[in-house]
Amino acid sequence: MGRETPKQQQQQQQQVSYTVEQLVAVNPYNPDILPDLENYVNEQVSSQTYSLDANLCLLRLYQFEPERMSTQIVARILVKALMAMPAPDFSLCLFLIPERVQMEEQFKTLIVLSHYLETGRFRQFWDEAAKSRHIVEAVPGFEQAIQTYAIHVLSLTYQKIPRPVLAEAINIEGLSLDKFLEHQAANSGWILEKGHGRGQLIILPRNEFNHPELKKSAADSVPLEHITRIFPILG
Amino acid sequence: MATNYDYEEAPANYDETHRQDLGYDPNFVPDSVKSFVGHLYRHIREKNVYEIHQMYEISFQTLSDRLFKDTPWPSVDAVAHYVDNDQVFCLLYREMWFRHLYARLSPTLKQRIDSWDNYCSLFQVVLHRVVNMQLPNQWLWDMVDEFVYQFQSFCQYRAKMKNKSEQEIALLRQYDQAWNVYGVLNYLQAFVEKSNIMQILEQEKEGLEQFTATDGYDYSGGSNVLKVLGYFSMVGLLRVHCLLGDYQTGLKCLLPIDISQQGVYTSVIGSHITTIYHYGFANLMLRRYVEAIREFNKILLYIYKTKQFHQKSPQYEQILKKNEQMYALLAICLSLCPQVKLVEETVNSQLREKYGEKMARMQRYDDEAFAIYDELFSYACPKFITPSAPSFEEPLVNYNQDAYRLQLKLFLYEVKQQQLLSGVRTFLKVYSTISLGKLANYMEVDEPTLRTILLTYKHKTHAVDSDGKIISNADVDFYIDDDMIHVVESKPVKRYGDYFLRQVVKLEGVINDMDRIKLE
Repeated sequence: MGRETPKQQQQQQQQVSYTVEQLVAVNPYNPDILPDLENYVNEQVSSQTYSLDANLCLLRLYQFEPERMSTQIVARILVKALMAMPAPDFSLCLFLIPERVQMEEQFKTLIVLSHYLETGRFRQFWDEAAKSRHIVEAVPGFEQAIQTYAIHVLSLTYQKIPRPVLAEAINIEGLSLDKFLEHQAANSGWILEKGHGRGQLIILPRNEFNHPELKKSAADSVPLEHITRIFPILG
Repeated sequence: MATNYDYEEAPANYDETHRQDLGYDPNFVPDSVKSFVGHLYRHIREKNVYEIHQMYEISFQTLSDRLFKDTPWPSVDAVAHYVDNDQVFCLLYREMWFRHLYARLSPTLKQRIDSWDNYCSLFQVVLHRVVNMQLPNQWLWDMVDEFVYQFQSFCQYRAKMKNKSEQEIALLRQYDQAWNVYGVLNYLQAFVEKSNIMQILEQEKEGLEQFTATDGYDYSGGSNVLKVLGYFSMVGLLRVHCLLGDYQTGLKCLLPIDISQQGVYTSVIGSHITTIYHYGFANLMLRRYVEAIREFNKILLYIYKTKQFHQKSPQYEQILKKNEQMYALLAICLSLCPQVKLVEETVNSQLREKYGEKMARMQRYDDEAFAIYDELFSYACPKFITPSAPSFEEPLVNYNQDAYRLQLKLFLYEVKQQQLLSGVRTFLKVYSTISLGKLANYMEVDEPTLRTILLTYKHKTHAVDSDGKIISNADVDFYIDDDMIHVVESKPVKRYGDYFLRQVVKLEGVINDMDRIKLE
């Protein structure tokens, strides 16, 4: 017992002085940090934060020592990765998860969900997600994150979008949709327009992808650090 | 007499019988080898990089071809007293000894383990003692490259459990630390950290340090070994991570090296190719096709222009093989993201010659097309590995294909998700505006389905870069206004700024040259 006290102290000190992300940066290939990383996944779930690097590091350690793998933790990592769309994090994680693990039912479901999101099939996605509440509801903020992704792809694609198309993609209807639209109009520059006889149209904020003319301005700028290369000559 | 073949004492050893059949004496040192090691040792002590490089690149190959075509070089114990029993030299000699053995013969398990031990001893010396040497970049690159190669080779070997003898299994259990994935990664990481290479490259940007300008050599009497090993270890880490399917982490390891410019990594052709091959492959798997196409294009053009200078190099075959593989990867990238404008004419005509017909078929997205994606990917991908040790209890099964199959499956999955995009592309190319209803009609799908296809197109052609910024990979783009699609053809962005900057620097160079001529 007497021996453990300094050890515990040391551990506590470490916890004080290192965040998990620092741990990953300093020991990317150290099996001892595995429990810390597992706790960190749970922390990301409860505090609605996200660290791809830490999660990839954990999946890597599982890959090196498959007998230490916790499928429950892997499932949480994958749900978090879905929430990071449009980033390719879900694939990045799958690349590291052995095929026999991916055959498990819960992972098959997540792979189907990812497939729907990757191919813009939001209707099917929400239907499937409703059937698998036990998986996705374990992670707070899931719905919202997917809605954010849906809005992201829609804003790449549409200048003006019909209300029903939007409703289907973000899975919000009726009064809640009215409220949502009001909020977006007040905070994110959405404009609601009466359509010609076929219902409401929503004008999404302008960006260089749905208004290509916005792109040109950025095309021929030269970063300062490139200019600095010729400073000695100019001087 | 002590030899380094401890395993010959093991009973009923396959290797021993094999060796006796060959009938050579590992302790016989021909005069030419005596003189080779003697001179090489002297040049290393005198830090004569030029001579070391000559002996390493040319004499070693010539002697290997002449005397050791299918036998190993003399054992290190037999040559040690020609080099004052110098510990570091002996470690270096053994490293070459094993490299030659791997290249020309097939190593036994015991030899694989011994080679690992030798790397450990050598790396410990470099990491923890002051090594007062200056070695050619080529040699230092080969060390890192071979270290990773032998790791990969070991994993492949270990994963073929079916035909393992009891003795081999016993050895695998006994030496479970040999080529352990943590060990491999931590050595590479230790080189990166101990060498301070990241700080050096950072400071170089501010003009506080010289590294690239001297190709990593130290002209003020110091050693280049740790620094350059640290530098190449970043490429080594990229490669190991790609072998493991961890593309994100691999690219992160390479971040300190600015691959848009020449650097020490381009000073050795093998390193240049390995860097770009893995960089491009990782970007392909991350769906950053434009980035992959750009870098493949650059290196393929470079190889095209310079390959005749490497004809006599021992790496020549390797160069040609990677060249072919990168054409296959470029064919894949361009089929998924047809940005042919990014490809230089020479490269493009080579590509058409090699893959023109296949690429046309890949556009069709039928079963035959998937078969071609499968074929090209399988031909050109890295040799993926499963890093974990086998479970020795279960019925012994081969798992050497598992990692490859998983990466292939996920890649083909991605291709399938994109299969309808080439159809959309064809129509978008011929219209400036088209209504959703009309396009749905042409594509023989209903309107909601068309909307999902168009969303998929947008999502797949807009990648997220390493800073989280959205970058467009689209050759043809569009936006939808209510139910009307407006097509935007992306014009190639002429980089006038860059062009003028380069011309300014060039002109300054010419003026300087002229000034010098006047003085002379």
